[in-house]
Amino acid sequence: MSGAVSVTTETPKVAWFRDPRIRSLVFQAVTLLIVLLVGWYLVDNTIDNMRRQNIASGLGFLNDRAGFDIIQSLVPYTSDSSFGQAFVVGLLNTLLVAIIGIFFATLVGFVVGVARLSSNWLIAKMAAAYVETFRNIPLLLQIFFWYHAVLKPLPGPRDSISLLGVVYLNNRGLYLPSPEPFGGFYIVLGLFAAGIAATLWLLRRERKRQEATGERKPVLWTGLGLIFGVPVLAYFVIMLAVGNPLNFDVPALTGFNFTGGVTIIPELFSLVIALSVYTAAFIAENVRSGIQAVSHGQTEAAYALGFRPNLTMRLIIIPQALRVIIPPMTSQYLNLTKNSSLAVAIAYPDLVAVFMGTTLNQTGQAVEVVAITMGVYLLLSLGTAGLMNWYNARVALVER
Amino acid sequence: MAMDDVVTPRYAPGQHPALPAPASTVGVVGWLRANLFSTGPDTSLTLVPFGVAFLAAAWFGGVSIMGSIVIGILIAVGVRIVARVAFGNPVIDNTVLTIVGAIIIFLIADVLLNFTIFDAVWSASGRADCAKSPDGACWGFVTARFSQFMYGFYPDAERWRVDVTGIFAIALIVPILFGQGRIRAYAVGLFLLAFPIVGFILMYGGLGLEIVPTNKWGGMMLTLVIAMTGITASLPLGVLLALGRRSDMPAIRNLCIVFIEFWRGVPLITVLFMASVMFPLFLPEGVTFNQLLRALIGVALFSAAYMAEVVRGGLQAIPKGQYEAASAMGLSYWKSMRLIVLPQALTIVIPGIVNSFIALFKDTTLVLIIGLFDFLGTIQTGLNDNAWAAPNVPMTGYVFAALVYWAFCFGMSRYSVRLERKLNTGRQH
Repeated sequence: MSGAVSVTTETPKVAWFRDPRIRSLVFQAVTLLIVLLVGWYLVDNTIDNMRRQNIASGLGFLNDRAGFDIIQSLVPYTSDSSFGQAFVVGLLNTLLVAIIGIFFATLVGFVVGVARLSSNWLIAKMAAAYVETFRNIPLLLQIFFWYHAVLKPLPGPRDSISLLGVVYLNNRGLYLPSPEPFGGFYIVLGLFAAGIAATLWLLRRERKRQEATGERKPVLWTGLGLIFGVPVLAYFVIMLAVGNPLNFDVPALTGFNFTGGVTIIPELFSLVIALSVYTAAFIAENVRSGIQAVSHGQTEAAYALGFRPNLTMRLIIIPQALRVIIPPMTSQYLNLTKNSSLAVAIAYPDLVAVFMGTTLNQTGQAVEVVAITMGVYLLLSLGTAGLMNWYNARVALVER
Repeated sequence: MAMDDVVTPRYAPGQHPALPAPASTVGVVGWLRANLFSTGPDTSLTLVPFGVAFLAAAWFGGVSIMGSIVIGILIAVGVRIVARVAFGNPVIDNTVLTIVGAIIIFLIADVLLNFTIFDAVWSASGRADCAKSPDGACWGFVTARFSQFMYGFYPDAERWRVDVTGIFAIALIVPILFGQGRIRAYAVGLFLLAFPIVGFILMYGGLGLEIVPTNKWGGMMLTLVIAMTGITASLPLGVLLALGRRSDMPAIRNLCIVFIEFWRGVPLITVLFMASVMFPLFLPEGVTFNQLLRALIGVALFSAAYMAEVVRGGLQAIPKGQYEAASAMGLSYWKSMRLIVLPQALTIVIPGIVNSFIALFKDTTLVLIIGLFDFLGTIQTGLNDNAWAAPNVPMTGYVFAALVYWAFCFGMSRYSVRLERKLNTGRQH
């Protein structure tokens, strides 16, 4: 090019097919075209195949009679209910196992994660052994283990393992006493809730007062009194005046099986154990790395101020570590929820087992059923991801 | 006032002689507090042995009250001396923890050793032999079915072909893991390009070898086939997706985001169900897909999405200057990625990649839900066999499976730790 001497503001002449903008546009257009073509091909084939195999389409099947029973249901359900109701039952069962599992996994995970950093050699090694053992064994195998090797070989109802005569464990499940509140108990519950609210209000008032004057009265005993003292007092008053407001329905052996109380079916029980134990190993690692992310100077400063190790952990390290721990922990919660779909392998009636399993088999409407099931999990995942982004933005603001 | 006036000015700052220690820290009281009653657990470690010894002596031993107190003190001091010798400083919280830990370990070891070794049945020909020692493992079940656990229903006469493939695989994987420079590069090339073809022909058949349909494949062999296919397919796919997600082109970026987030948002089991019920609908009439291939595609797409996120982490960790320097050198996009960015990015995320491999390996067990007989699947089938219906057999089967899976996964994670140390990519304090 001859303009080398004078050109300063003019863009250099480039052949149009070498212009990065044009190339990028063309590349994107071609890619989109290919994706659309492939998508169209697949959809076309699917429609074709469905027509040929006489597979119905649409969501009408959700109102049809399901015709199968479900062994555990949180809402009323019979085999006369619709597929739509079966879907709700499955979804609730998935959420149930996820929530219980998350609770225990967090509990165990925190204990093990903190124990891994213990200065006590034996405790630290035990926690490490826990993590390395359960993290490296497939979850499905662990579920099978608890279900087929531990719970199923238990003795039958007549030879149940009994704990204090109120809790029973046998090959049909875990039988717990269930609370049966009478009218007066709701007053106690109401007082309990009011106590929590009052304590929160007190805490807020004291925090404001501290910000304004630098002084603060401890709320602990007042709060405990409000939350537990008042309801307990009310409980006894009601008991003396009217009669015991809370009875327990204790399971009892009648004939060949137990009646009364709450039954936790072995499928749910083994699923919860396996999910909690497995996920706890991962949460423990998150907790450990979160604590290690807090600089050692914080610990030393706390010791220099005279804090004991456990107080240092509770007041100085954990609050700072939580910021690091919570995002990966949420994704572990999500993993636990997704992993609960392995329930299908031991026939616990979760969303996948009830909907993608039985409903799909009975209706044959693969496309709709697969899309709905995957959609539910996607919504859960994206919802959690959104929450996490919101949380991250919030703690990022707190950070100086 | 007068006293103050006299005392205060006598010392320059910092020159005041040390005051006597507080009364509670010296003498008998101080010693007791420091050594016997320093914390709650500490106090109980003193009082519990004392109480137990005292009660035992007074109630059951018929010793007088004074004699029992003396015995109690002696026992308590003895426990403390043992604790001091065993654990050094009287950090008694720690002592209690150690004792509790030791008891737990003892209980676990007791159960495990009795089950796996002392009470175990080592050779058995059926459930009758296993039932002889119901509290121990029945290893006879494992030895009797071992070949099925390894090869599934692969015909006996052709199993040498699987062995040969396995030897090839080991011969290539060892240099990949532990080799250096050119040898390693050749091994990687052979493993990615030649090995899949040779392995497929050896195991499936063709070129004069008898065809063994994939529904006869099973056991550890099938697990390894799925894991290795998943690994070799997901890594390149994951790299492409990660590059796409970091691309400047909105269409490409969004396509990749949707793809990645979709697979990451759903459980693998729904992917496998989808693969087994919907893939056949996707294809034109007459074209069929075999069950194994469907599972392989599902597993590969699923793990590619996770791999993409790992690789993206590495790409984000490369300073922008590296990208800019590469384009300043006049390298094209692909060249700058291949020569400058990816080698650095992939090195950083090797631990993450190995973790994905471990997850993938564990996830292969899910194929048994859609009717393939992987390692866990063959064991599960064995447990349903009436000839082995003894109470200790399920536990035996699962413990064996757990040991095998654990050995694989733990081996991989140790390798990743070793590599991380060698490359020094981990956290440095």
